[in-house]
Amino acid sequence: MPRVRYMQALAEALADEMESDESVFVLGEDVRQSLRRVTYGLVDRFGTDRVLDTPLSEQAFTGFATGAALAGRRPVVEFQIPSLVYVAFDQIVNQAQKLSLMTGGQARVPVTYLVPGSGARRGLAGQHSDHPYSLLTHAGVCTVVPAMPDDAYGLFRAAIQHNDPVAVFAPAAVLGVRQELDELPTGVRLGKGRVHRSGHDVTVVAVGHLVHDALAVASELSERVSVEVFDPRTLMPFDWEGLITSVSKTQRLIVVDDTNRSAGLAGDIVATVTEHVTLRSKPQRVTRLDVAVPFSPKLESVVVPRRASILAAIERSVA
Amino acid sequence: MADVETEAAGPVSTAQLYRTMLLIRRFEETVIELVNTNEIPGTTHEYIGEEAVAAGVCAALTEEDVITSTHRGHGHCIAKGADVSRMMAELMAKSTGLNHGRGGSMHVADFSVGMLGANGIVGAGVPFALGAAWAKREAGNRSIAVPFFGDGTMAQGILSECLNIASLWSLPVVFVCENNRYAVSLRLEDSLAGNIADHARAYGIRADVADGMDASDVYHRMTELASYVRAGNGPGFLQCDTYRYGGHHTAESSLKLTYRTPDEVAEWRDRDPIEALGKLLDNDTAQRTAGEVDDVMSDAVAFARQSPEPASESALDFAYADDRVHARGEEC
Repeated sequence: MPRVRYMQALAEALADEMESDESVFVLGEDVRQSLRRVTYGLVDRFGTDRVLDTPLSEQAFTGFATGAALAGRRPVVEFQIPSLVYVAFDQIVNQAQKLSLMTGGQARVPVTYLVPGSGARRGLAGQHSDHPYSLLTHAGVCTVVPAMPDDAYGLFRAAIQHNDPVAVFAPAAVLGVRQELDELPTGVRLGKGRVHRSGHDVTVVAVGHLVHDALAVASELSERVSVEVFDPRTLMPFDWEGLITSVSKTQRLIVVDDTNRSAGLAGDIVATVTEHVTLRSKPQRVTRLDVAVPFSPKLESVVVPRRASILAAIERSVA
Repeated sequence: MADVETEAAGPVSTAQLYRTMLLIRRFEETVIELVNTNEIPGTTHEYIGEEAVAAGVCAALTEEDVITSTHRGHGHCIAKGADVSRMMAELMAKSTGLNHGRGGSMHVADFSVGMLGANGIVGAGVPFALGAAWAKREAGNRSIAVPFFGDGTMAQGILSECLNIASLWSLPVVFVCENNRYAVSLRLEDSLAGNIADHARAYGIRADVADGMDASDVYHRMTELASYVRAGNGPGFLQCDTYRYGGHHTAESSLKLTYRTPDEVAEWRDRDPIEALGKLLDNDTAQRTAGEVDDVMSDAVAFARQSPEPASESALDFAYADDRVHARGEEC
């Protein structure tokens, strides 16, 4: 079976969508030269009127995408670095996301926001190491964070086909992950989680690249603890039914997420699950520390979730 | 009896321009009354005094052309052809409103006539016009997009970004700046270095200036700019110098702000755009128009009053176009 690289899966998803739907086009900074490699080759294949290089005007080009969507197109907006989501924040959460409701359904905004290389990458420091996905989830924006190449392909295509704004975060740490795949999946839906590893002692919910860390820790502990690893894949709409089914079985919950603790995603997951399931031990959260990621790689590794903290959380949970 | 023609009348008559302006005026006066009796919740931003701009600009547009608007959007909405009864119902938060009661004054929209919505964030709707204009051109359409915005918006970064992109990509857009000289209490000279039209020209955009108290002048200049833009010459910019007789919003009167003098307001009242155009009409036409407008308004208020409010269970409706996605409620 061929081994498909995550980044390649993303690129193929976009190309396949552009091939099958003429209304899809991509815009962003350096997308023709494809600095971020997701759009590589697209301008040669589809032409300059479907691959637009924008000036450094994140608010305007995000709003431009909204306008094009209102006029019947399906834009894919690439934010070259995750922090650009902050610059375009009003246009995403206060405009695109709200237009359908505010206009009583007159407006439909089928736009996709792509953040290739989300999160920390060792030494990129405070402004280039964030995962803004929790902020968008909090604002009700449909959001996916695929951890595997097949999900990257399937969810990116699903996101583009979806009729609401969808944010696709491709974590930096998984861009190089390879997976043996006979073919790339079609018909993947937003809103369904995935159990990567079945277990009965504890459910570890892991987001994005942390799925791989959770699986590695689960393997390490397999003699002593049977760990179930649940990957939500979509943060909004979240597969609560799938997760509740898992935790009803294991009755122990750990959430591992590389975004901030305060008012955070992990807190919502713990609260929602415990509203439906009685646990046999205290829930655990492994999150980022609430600071800007320091430049020093040594300090960076303290601030972001790591395998040692996942392991420690599991041990506390089953103690 | 014949319609009196003016130099700038063209295919749209003086009587039509007058009717649109009068309808906007009566609508806004009615809205103020209804805000004061709390039949319209919240506060609204009146267009009184500025009617010539919306009427003149929209008269030069076709049904295919689209506009984006501001927080002061009732005039744009009426001039673009929205159903006035459904507009009133929207302001009164009824389910029969244009936005089914979900938007109100600041988000009122009628996509069926190309009015893509009022917007509560200054300048935020301007890029929608650019994207829509581009998409329509790509589809082989000769229509144009017209973002309305105020003098205060000239200081917003997003506006400069849009002027730049529209010029670079030669987009079929006519930017319309309604210069009423104040951004709430901030005077234009304290808000913007240089002058409005020159800002557009700095991006290589053809900019014209209209007397925003003269509907014929606005209409004439907008028609020219629209032709220029439709012919593929790139974007245009129309500065309309106008004045709002009311406060920034209906709540301002209780705040007793003193940023302008009663004398100044009186001076501009003497230049009332509706009175000015009315002088060019014969009495019969003027009276008949006034009667028609009164009928439209009383129908609108009756319709809105008789309409039901949306059901409580529908609070999460329209949040997502895809009905497989549900907004977080209490169940999960």
